Amino acid sequence: MNIAFDEYGRPFIIMREQDMKERLTGPEARKANILIAVSLMNILKTSLGPKGMDKILVSPDGEITVTNDGATILDNMDITNEIEKLLVELSKGQDDEIGDGTTSVVVFAGALLEQAQKLLDKGIHPIRIADGYEHACKIAVEHLKKISSEITFDRENYETLITAAMTSVSSKVVNEFQRQLSEIAVKAVLTVADLERKDVRIDLIQVQGKTGGSLKDTQLIDGIVIDKEMSHPQMQKEVSDAKIAILSCPFEPPKPKTGYKLNIDSVEKYKKLQELEQKYFHDMVKLVKDSGANLVLCQWGFDDEANHLLYQNELPSVRWVGGVEMELIALATGGRIVPRFSELNEKKLGLAGHVKEIPLGTTNDNIIVLEKCSQKKAVCIFVRGGNKMVVDEAKRSLHDAICVTRNLIRDNKIVYGGGAPEISCSLAVSKAADEISTLEQYAIRSFADALDQIPISLAENSGLDPIETISNLKANQIKTNNPFLGVDCLGKGTENMKEQNVFDTLAGKIQQLLLATQMAKMILKIDDVILHHGQN
Amino acid sequence: MNLDQEKDKEARISSFVGAIALSELVSPTLGPKGMDKILQSMSNNNEISVTNDGATILKSIHMSNPAAKILIEISKVQDDQVGDGTTSVVVLAGELLREAKRLIELKIHPQIIISGFRKAKAVALKALEKASVDKSKDKEAFRKELLKLAGTTLSSKILKTEKDKFSEIAVDAVLRLKGSTNLESIQILKKKGGSLKDSYIEEGFILDKKIGVGQPKRLENAKIMVANTPMDTDKIKIFGTTVKVDSSAKVAEIEKAERDKMINKCKKIVAHGINCFINRQLIYNLPEQYFTDNGVLSIEHADFSGIERLALVTGAEIVSTFDNPEKVKLGTAKLIEEIMIGEDKLIRISGCPDPAACTIVLRGSSGHILDEAERSLHDALAVLSQVQIETRTVYGGGCIEVLMAKDVEEEAKKVSGKESLAVEAFANALRQIPKILCDNAGFDSNQIVAQLKAEHYKGNVNAGVDMNLGCIGDMQQLGVVESYKVKYHALLSATEAAEMILRVDNIIKSQPRRK
Repeated sequence: MNIAFDEYGRPFIIMREQDMKERLTGPEARKANILIAVSLMNILKTSLGPKGMDKILVSPDGEITVTNDGATILDNMDITNEIEKLLVELSKGQDDEIGDGTTSVVVFAGALLEQAQKLLDKGIHPIRIADGYEHACKIAVEHLKKISSEITFDRENYETLITAAMTSVSSKVVNEFQRQLSEIAVKAVLTVADLERKDVRIDLIQVQGKTGGSLKDTQLIDGIVIDKEMSHPQMQKEVSDAKIAILSCPFEPPKPKTGYKLNIDSVEKYKKLQELEQKYFHDMVKLVKDSGANLVLCQWGFDDEANHLLYQNELPSVRWVGGVEMELIALATGGRIVPRFSELNEKKLGLAGHVKEIPLGTTNDNIIVLEKCSQKKAVCIFVRGGNKMVVDEAKRSLHDAICVTRNLIRDNKIVYGGGAPEISCSLAVSKAADEISTLEQYAIRSFADALDQIPISLAENSGLDPIETISNLKANQIKTNNPFLGVDCLGKGTENMKEQNVFDTLAGKIQQLLLATQMAKMILKIDDVILHHGQN
Repeated sequence: MNLDQEKDKEARISSFVGAIALSELVSPTLGPKGMDKILQSMSNNNEISVTNDGATILKSIHMSNPAAKILIEISKVQDDQVGDGTTSVVVLAGELLREAKRLIELKIHPQIIISGFRKAKAVALKALEKASVDKSKDKEAFRKELLKLAGTTLSSKILKTEKDKFSEIAVDAVLRLKGSTNLESIQILKKKGGSLKDSYIEEGFILDKKIGVGQPKRLENAKIMVANTPMDTDKIKIFGTTVKVDSSAKVAEIEKAERDKMINKCKKIVAHGINCFINRQLIYNLPEQYFTDNGVLSIEHADFSGIERLALVTGAEIVSTFDNPEKVKLGTAKLIEEIMIGEDKLIRISGCPDPAACTIVLRGSSGHILDEAERSLHDALAVLSQVQIETRTVYGGGCIEVLMAKDVEEEAKKVSGKESLAVEAFANALRQIPKILCDNAGFDSNQIVAQLKAEHYKGNVNAGVDMNLGCIGDMQQLGVVESYKVKYHALLSATEAAEMILRVDNIIKSQPRRK
């Protein structure tokens, strides 16, 4: 509130804030929030499953992304609403933790809220609904654990891992080469995996992409790829048995952090300075040469003089190597990142069997490949494809496949896919609902209905009659007591997902249920939305 | 929610319309009788270019339709990867989508069309591979094949009047690269004046620079140093230095020291025993004068790619420090001289022992012609350089498309279910290429394509469209050859893009960024 005076000195009150605020309360707020979540779900649900469709996303700058990855779609959408933002966070949460199932988690959360709206209309208090969902989620998770199975694999026999990765890749545009991409992903993960500790450091798998060629040319490189070229055009393009000096210091005279001033007031001093400068360059190159290195990777640039000295000393070098790549290279080659020339010695050099510069296409576009690294701890997946959008989508798909494989190495429990676990859980939850005498019974039953949304979407996207398919499946699951029956998306003639070899990780599924339930609860509990409009 | 959304049918229609419009935009430029486009810059109305190169047209137009953007992207990738076929890739993708649109109107789901297209693509690629021939073993035959290849590429461009001449030029230039695909080493020098006929490939190398003042304009048995070093003010690269003096006499001293430093550098350079010094950076008067006095010819400010090419031509290394003369590899040339092309003075370096780079001098009556000639020549060079790696070739003139269409059609008969419609549609799309070729030339396309189809079913695998006579001809005899890699890449990218666009059921647009 502001008091102002007009030209005659009379006071008046300006109430600015009211104008800037918009407020929704109680049922209205809830309704609005739920509506938003449901509309997001409706966008995403057509992307579910092997027959799901893609979205074109146009960024504010007119850039185009084509994808069916839930997290990517949400990330690239122009989101302004807070509830939308929450759902984007939800999808990202799933992406960070599990890496796959980012679409399903949003669809499920949307379905939960859609069901909640019906209950709210009946006059059930949102807190009771939230409690019911919580309870139902527990039942569902317990049930999931019950119907999960274990898979076995080791470094030689990893067919099961490939199958799991294939399920993850099958819904993407790259599914023509799903077998090949899955194999690549699994091999990459196994190379860097520590099977005893059941740990995988995903950041050791580099996924690099270049347009051109076909997806079929995508390959696993046992080593590292840097998108750079040798600093001097006439340097050797190929080094065998490379001993690599990995430098994080520039090839230039030292630049002390403390401010200083060097005053030159005589010719002698000028000449001395000149000699000093020359000496710096020579010393640096000499130190590198003396350490026995035959390849220099530098995080910084170096000027023409240093460049030529390196060339003259037969030290092929690469400048402006990125920090992440430096670390990867250090890990893979067993070298150390050296911050000072004086600390360089033979022990700190990285070893790689073969390093070469490879030209691509007709436009002087080169990459440097480091192969046969001594430690074998890092690998690179080099993705090719006909256009930028395909390459990007392939990278995302590979990321998903890598995550699935990692999750299986951490925890080898799986559930069968195709909506089978959701149907089975739905049955279990609605059965449990009958035994509960309080109001929550309704909420629990709604939870079961929400679970059906995923198989329904799968069936819809595959061109099947959703209601008929789901009711058949439910009946069959009860009749045969087989929790592996799911939607036959590809028309293979069997509903048994075990036979179709479609499976998801247990950890991923549990995470989906937990995250979506939490999100639904959170949105339900909001009864007041106060919007502050910005200045404009 | 302030999302600009297009859903399902709407999204699909918008994609199809965009893609087909784009392909219709470029399809009249396809083939030897294709027409050119004038591109006018939006910011500068005087800036126009005349071209029939697909990639150039597409790069210049502004499109907001997402599907059209995908097609522009594949055209760019085609240009980067193989250099030619930038129009055909877009036309093919457009035709595939046109067929797909027809199928969707028949209520066939996009996913089914996609799986049909994939089957068809596999068959088409197999047919393409089967039809390809590799003539790289016999050097003489390979050269002939390269000439034909260059001829085919050039025939659709402005250079077609001098097709044979430019084919020779392109093949010679590429063979000099010795298998390298770095087209940077071929310098294309455009000089207004004369006619296209006067263009030639220079035996030696031409540098568009001037020889230093007062230095000889002709130098025999040159020993060349190619350098990249500051010859203007050579700063000492230690940070935080300032010069502080207390009398003007000392200023003079310091200045002298500075001069001495430069002279010293020059001395070191001359001590390499050279008589020609070429620098990437500027050479100031002082060092230039020193070089003149010592009988060294100096050339300043040769840009970076020029320096790299020079290094390739003369076999010199690019030098930046001068303390170890014994380690420096110098370049040699029999003759360096100043020549005149038209009005301009240039430097010719000839008689190099083993040049791996060369210069093509293009002459023409106007800047637009020269620009278009350069683009055309670049396409031919790119194709030829890629053929050095992937040596297989196929027959052009619509021959290979009809051949693939035939195999795909055979496959369609074997596929059961709705997919077979999509496979058939793929064959139709392939046959659109010769149809467009004919249309552009003003021939009776329906008649000729039908005849062509019949010829291929009769087993005449070399049959294609004779673009001069407007009838069916034997492509082997006519020497219409195209690179296998270009066709392979075009087919692959076009199908990939079509698939990608087909899979979309929702276009979500963000608000354009406020400017």
